Amino acid sequence: MTDQGAQQTNEEFRTEARAWLEANCPTEMRDADNSEESVCWGGRNWSFQSDAQKVWLDRMASKGWTVPTWPVEFGGGGLTRDQEKILREEMASLGARVPLHGFGIGMLGPALLKFGTETQKQLYLPPIARGEIRWCQGYSEPGAGSDLASVQTKAETVGDNYVINGQKIWTSYADKADWMFALVRTDRDAPKHRGITFLLLDMTSPGVSTRPIRLISGRSPFCETFFDDVEVPRTQIVGEENRGWDVAKYVLTHERAMISGGRTGLTGGRPLASVLEGTSDPFLRAQAVGCDIDMMAMALTLERYKDKAKAGSIGDASSMLKYYGTELNKRRFELMMAAAGADALEWNGPYGSLPTDWLRTKANSIEGGTSEIMLSVIAKRVLEMPS
Amino acid sequence: MTSLLPTEDETMLDDMARGFLSEAAPVTHLRAMRDAGKTFDPDLWAQMVEMGWAGVLIPEAAGGSGMGHAAAGILARAMGRTLASSPFIPTAVIAPVIFQAAHDPRHEETLRGIAEGKHVFALAVDEGPKHDPENTKLVATRAGNAFRLSGLKTFVRNGNAADRFLVLAKVDDQLTLFDVPSDREGIQRTEMALVDSQDTARVQFLDVELRDEDIVGEIGGAMAILRPALAAGQAALAAEMAGLASGIFDLTLGYLKERKQFGKVIGSFQALQHRAAKLWCEMEVTESAVIHAGRMLDESPEDATLAVSLASARAIRTAALAVQEGVQLHGGIGMTDEYDAGFYMKRAQVGAEWLGDYGFHAARVAALRGF
Repeated sequence: MTDQGAQQTNEEFRTEARAWLEANCPTEMRDADNSEESVCWGGRNWSFQSDAQKVWLDRMASKGWTVPTWPVEFGGGGLTRDQEKILREEMASLGARVPLHGFGIGMLGPALLKFGTETQKQLYLPPIARGEIRWCQGYSEPGAGSDLASVQTKAETVGDNYVINGQKIWTSYADKADWMFALVRTDRDAPKHRGITFLLLDMTSPGVSTRPIRLISGRSPFCETFFDDVEVPRTQIVGEENRGWDVAKYVLTHERAMISGGRTGLTGGRPLASVLEGTSDPFLRAQAVGCDIDMMAMALTLERYKDKAKAGSIGDASSMLKYYGTELNKRRFELMMAAAGADALEWNGPYGSLPTDWLRTKANSIEGGTSEIMLSVIAKRVLEMPS
Repeated sequence: MTSLLPTEDETMLDDMARGFLSEAAPVTHLRAMRDAGKTFDPDLWAQMVEMGWAGVLIPEAAGGSGMGHAAAGILARAMGRTLASSPFIPTAVIAPVIFQAAHDPRHEETLRGIAEGKHVFALAVDEGPKHDPENTKLVATRAGNAFRLSGLKTFVRNGNAADRFLVLAKVDDQLTLFDVPSDREGIQRTEMALVDSQDTARVQFLDVELRDEDIVGEIGGAMAILRPALAAGQAALAAEMAGLASGIFDLTLGYLKERKQFGKVIGSFQALQHRAAKLWCEMEVTESAVIHAGRMLDESPEDATLAVSLASARAIRTAALAVQEGVQLHGGIGMTDEYDAGFYMKRAQVGAEWLGDYGFHAARVAALRGF
């Protein structure tokens, strides 16, 4: 198959995309609501919140537009970067919801496209694109947080399988996911970065158990995941054995970009101006304008870095997006809380999920690499400052 | 809109400009001029003219190089890196936009003259400590077929080297723009000794006679032609400030990698690494806003106001942070006149005031964004 519409001009594509979206996006999906409650994660156990949500997902998946830039053969839309931008603009102008979210789209998919075998790509990518399999990320452990490369979850070779024992923590939605991509230690004697393997495993495998962790927001998006003699076929390695750190780092750059600009990041949640309507406090308003200026500049930076990534690799500079985007997002929610005053202090009060979302943003600058780790990465790898 | 990544032509222009300026106008050049009591180097400007920089916004058909606003930003940025002194922004950015916006064949010769380096323009709009053109008090009184102008303009960048002033004044209480030769009888200019050692004048008008043909546009039509020109100037200034920030940042980063204390290179200390990394992040984010402003001015100038004020606000803040961190991270040496850091600090402070300060631009953003 060829890339769809590669011979089309951008304006032709825009006209076509607009017409298709107009004709296919159900009315209920045109409320631009990307709040936690309305998100579609897909997966085996997913129950759609409405028929419209399912229809919207199926139609977008049939166009390959749940993952617009992936190759058509793996369930993507085969769009160019420009076309993807146009598609997003047209979706935004219609108020269309994002049809599908997930770590398969944002993290594993790009890694498989780069490191996966042909068989792995054919096996795993289309179900991600169609929202059939929901993935979680098994990275952190109780003893491996910022020092991620010191993971200890053990994988021993027995015949054609690995046998996994150990524990992961902060596994987002592990209790709801179908599969996990995990970092496991396959060589205890090698230097820590050189004994890690990137492995895919089915969460229904015997010996896998999960336990949600209740957070300060009252929600439990993160889990502990335990492995007790879990057998995983060795064909489910991505990349080479003991070279999983390269894949892990590649995934991290995508994770960082996703957190910096994703649903819980810069673009998610209610706009600053709407909350400020309720206050005339000049001090707050001045801070809000400053925040708005920085948010607009950051949104442009995300676009610039996406173009950069298409043209080559942004590598460690993605740490900048992660650091800046998450710190800015925290600042924005602090301002919204201050503007809403006591009304925002009530769970599910006049401002709905605002207090929960506010507390959730505090994890943004921790998950996927803390702000402090990001700054160290920038200093050492981008600015080449000495150790 | 075109991507914010540089095109091939833009990369070439940037390399060429940086290469030229590092030879012809490094910070040592500014230092030598300051020590000699000079604020304008006609030879340096002549070389810039030769390369087509004066005509960057003038179409090729009118004698310019027609490279556009994004290119003007690249040039201004390169000049900011080395603190090159030139009348680039008033002459090559603001004046050409004014004369083109006026849509009058009379100005063709002036535009050609700018591109050929025959004129140095200065913008005489401000009267007080803050940029506020719409609050102009200077009055041009009607006298028969002419006007008489008396009063003061201040903070006129390149006002001592200029052979032409673009003066904003009121005629019958309506803002009107005049293009006046600097040697017109009754004009007195005095050098303002600014902290950044750049050509800046206080211009006194003592019963100066203005004629109909000195008016650019029409009576009461000043802001319509001045607004796009100020936007272009602000965008170029933002680019210059971003360049200034990267100039002091490179100097500082180099120092952190070389200075030793406690038996170690100080750049190995995490407290200093994180400060440098934070500053770099601010610079990257500002860079996007600056490039975006240039693209908007080229592609959609009617809608560029927000983009320009966004770039200006960001660049002012980032430059201020860069020079303050720059001096602090250098320690004592950064406070000495012998070292270059101070030149960056002083230029940043002036640039933060010239065509609108942070508050000026933030207020415009607030209005346009519905706060």
